[in-house]
Amino acid sequence: MKLVTAVIKPFKLDDVRSALESFGVHGMTVSEASGYGRQKGHTEVYRGAEYTVDLVPKIRLEVLLEDEDVDDVVEVIVKTAQTGRIGDGKVWVVPVDTIVRVRTGERGGDAL
Amino acid sequence: MEINAGDTAWVLMSAALVMLMTPGLAFFYGGMVRSKSVLNMMMMSFITIGIVSVLWVLYGYSVAFGDSGNGLWGGLSEAGLTDMATSMTTNGGAYPIPLLAFVLFQMMFAIITPALISGAIADRAKFTTWAVFVGLWATLVYFPVAHWVFDFGGQEAGTPDAGWLANLGVLDFAGGTAVHINAGAAGLALAIVLGRRIGWPKTLMKPHSLPFVLLGAALLWFGWFGFNAGSALGATPTAALAFATTMIATATAVLGWVVVERFRDGHPTSLGAASGAVAGLVAITPACAFVSPIGAMAIGFLSGVLCALAVGIKFRFKFDDSLDVVGIHLVGGIVGSLAIGLFATTSVNELGKDGLFYGGGIQPLLTQAVGVVAVLAYSLVVTLGIGYLLHKTIGFRVSGDVEVGGIDLAEHAETAYDLAAAAGPVGGSKIPTGAALAERKVNA
Repeated sequence: MKLVTAVIKPFKLDDVRSALESFGVHGMTVSEASGYGRQKGHTEVYRGAEYTVDLVPKIRLEVLLEDEDVDDVVEVIVKTAQTGRIGDGKVWVVPVDTIVRVRTGERGGDAL
Repeated sequence: MEINAGDTAWVLMSAALVMLMTPGLAFFYGGMVRSKSVLNMMMMSFITIGIVSVLWVLYGYSVAFGDSGNGLWGGLSEAGLTDMATSMTTNGGAYPIPLLAFVLFQMMFAIITPALISGAIADRAKFTTWAVFVGLWATLVYFPVAHWVFDFGGQEAGTPDAGWLANLGVLDFAGGTAVHINAGAAGLALAIVLGRRIGWPKTLMKPHSLPFVLLGAALLWFGWFGFNAGSALGATPTAALAFATTMIATATAVLGWVVVERFRDGHPTSLGAASGAVAGLVAITPACAFVSPIGAMAIGFLSGVLCALAVGIKFRFKFDDSLDVVGIHLVGGIVGSLAIGLFATTSVNELGKDGLFYGGGIQPLLTQAVGVVAVLAYSLVVTLGIGYLLHKTIGFRVSGDVEVGGIDLAEHAETAYDLAAAAGPVGGSKIPTGAALAERKVNA
C-alpha cells in the first residue's frame, strides 16, 4: 500500500477531486497548507510599505491506495492539477506499513 | 434669556455624532492591528470614554472653559458642574443654548483626543498604564490646550477670560491644533517612549480586517459632521458651510491619497482610501468655517497627497508610530491649520480672515504658525515627561512574550476570534468536513 500526497493550487481542488472520484478513489484527506517552492510569495503594500509574503496558500491532498493503482492516480492528479505555470505543486508517494479502519478494526487492503 | 430650540437641538445632535467617532476610531484602529491585539486596541478607546467623561465633570470642563482670566487655564470655579442645569451659554455662537449642551458637546472632543494617541503604541502598551496616562494627559495637556484654543470668554476673542491663542487670533474652528496636532505630537512622544515593536519594521504586521478599517472610517466621517458643523454651536449658515467643506475636503482627500498610491505603488488600496478620508477630515477641521467650497477642495486634495507621503517618514527615522497618528493627525492638522493662512476668506464668514490668496498678506499664515508651534511643542514636551515618568515607575510596555503571544489574552483574558471555527470547511462548501460529515453519516 502507498500514501500519495499532493500539494496543489487551491483552485484546482474541485477538478482533482472529481477526476479522482471518476477514477474510483472514494476517500481522501484534504487540508489547507502554506509553503513555497520556486514560486516564492507575493508582495503586499500597506500605506506605501511593501512586504513580501513568502508563504503561498496551497491545498494538501492525501490518498491511500493499493500499489497497482498508484501510477494511474498520480497521473490523474498531475494531469488535472497542471496549469503549466510556476507554483503547480508536487506529488509524492511513500510506502505504508499498515492501515486500520477504525470503525471495524479491518486491516490492510480491506481497510481501504 | 430665551433659549433657541433649533440651535439647542443641533448641538445636542452634534454631541451624539461626535460621541460615535470614538467607537468609530476603535474600529478604524482595531482593523489595522493583528487579530491577537484587536481587543486591546479597541479597549484603549473605550476606556478613554469612561475616564475622560468622569474627569470632564469633576474638573475638566472647568479647566478648559472656566473664567480664570489668565488665558492659560480656566481654573476650578466650575468644578463638578454645579449649578449648570439652568445656565445658558453662547461661547461664540449666535444664540444662547443650555450650558449643559455645550458641556457635553465639548466632552466628546476631550474623549476622542486622547483616544487618537493610542494608534501610535499599538500591540505593546500595558493597559493599566494607558488608563493612568489618559487621566494625566487629559488633565495636563488636553484641558489647558482646549482653553487656549476654544475658549472665547463667552463672547468673541479679546476678553481676558479667553484662551491666549484665541485672543491672539489663531483660527481653529473645530480642533486642528487642540485635537489633531495635540494628539499627533503626543503620539510621536509615546512612540519614542515605548520604542519599536518586536520585529518592526522588517516583519509584516498586516491589518487583520480592512473591512473594519473602512467601517471605522465611515463612522468617523459621519460623526465628523457633528465635530465640524456642530462647532458652529447653532443651526446657522456657518454650520452649513462647515458641513459642506467637511464633505468636499474629505472626498478630495480620498482621491489625493489613492492617486499617490496608484502612481507610487501601482495599486489604489482600501486602506489608502480609508486613510485619505481621515486625513481630509483632519485637515479641514480647523478650516471648515473659514474657506470656500473650492478652498476646501484644495485643502482636501493637498492633505490626501501630503499625508500619503508623510506616512513613510517613520521608516526613515525608525520610530514605530504603528497606525500613523503622526503621518495623519499631526501632518494633517498642520496642513489644515496653516492652510487657513492661505485659503481663508471673509466672503464666506466675516468672523474669519482673508488669507494670503485672498489679499490678506502673510500675517494670517504667521499667526496660524504660532498656534501650530505652540501646541505641538507643549504637547510633545509634556507627553514625553508623562510618558517617561510612567515608563520608569509602573512600566508602560508589556513583556516580550506577551507582545508576541498576543496582548488581548494577556491583558484582557479574551481573544477576538475563534479562528479554528471561523476557517470553515476546506475548499468551499462542497467538501463536508468535521461535524457536518459526522452528522451526515449518522443520518444515513
